[in-house]
Amino acid sequence: MGAVNGSGAVHARRSFRLLIVDDSNIMRRRIERSQQFDELEVVGAASNGVEAIELFRRTDPDLVTMDLTMPQMDGIECIEQIVRLKPAVRILVISALADKATAVDAMEKGANGFLNKPFTDRQLNEAIAELIRGA
Amino acid sequence: MLQEQELKTFVEGTTNYFEVAAQQPATVGSPYLVTDRNPGMHEYTGIISISGRREGVVYFTAPKAMLTVLLMKMQENDFSHENMRDLVGEVANTISGNARRDFGNEFVISVPSVLTGERSEPPVLPGARSFVIPINWRSHSAKLVVSLK
Repeated sequence: MGAVNGSGAVHARRSFRLLIVDDSNIMRRRIERSQQFDELEVVGAASNGVEAIELFRRTDPDLVTMDLTMPQMDGIECIEQIVRLKPAVRILVISALADKATAVDAMEKGANGFLNKPFTDRQLNEAIAELIRGA
Repeated sequence: MLQEQELKTFVEGTTNYFEVAAQQPATVGSPYLVTDRNPGMHEYTGIISISGRREGVVYFTAPKAMLTVLLMKMQENDFSHENMRDLVGEVANTISGNARRDFGNEFVISVPSVLTGERSEPPVLPGARSFVIPINWRSHSAKLVVSLK
């Protein structure tokens, strides 16, 4: 759906492809359900880093939400690999790990935002809106 | 051994979890020491192993009825056994991960493992004392058990 500006011209609204990575099914569904942005399309959901890389290659998302503590490959390593594949990708870390060093590490590896669990829907939507603004 | 201030970190983490994730605060009782090796297990138990600078386990044990209401509060409509296991692990993971705010990043947490059944054997760390943090939420009771060396 396009948006009409004051002069009546129609501009196509840019849409963003989102990949959700979290080892909790409940959390993946919650992130998918609570996002309220028309311009977001969820293109995949992965439960660990290995699956995330595979899905990332297949779906080429613009945005990723990334858990950190996961089996097989953790989120920090996954961020590094994803950024190597697509440097322009924007990544929001959503993790329970609440120490500053982890947040700094994730940002240095290429994450663009950090949201601590637990979170409210409002906090999640604000964090995703921020991610979209920077894309 | 676990210090009083460290226990406070877990009490605050538990309070915060229910306040934010369940949008309804829980009443958290005074922590007490487990003396008979068994703090009393509920139907579902999510366990996080701790390594790094500290060694031990943190686990959250809760009845199915409490987890069902918690899922409802999260707008979740799948009340399967698998989702109960997922939730109990996620609660344990969140409270343990949040504890790194005070313990730092050398407080290394594992991915959750889950036990089911009230008769399941509680995880025990030889040489460590286990403290129970009683949690009352709505009409339900659960426990967070912290056992750290």
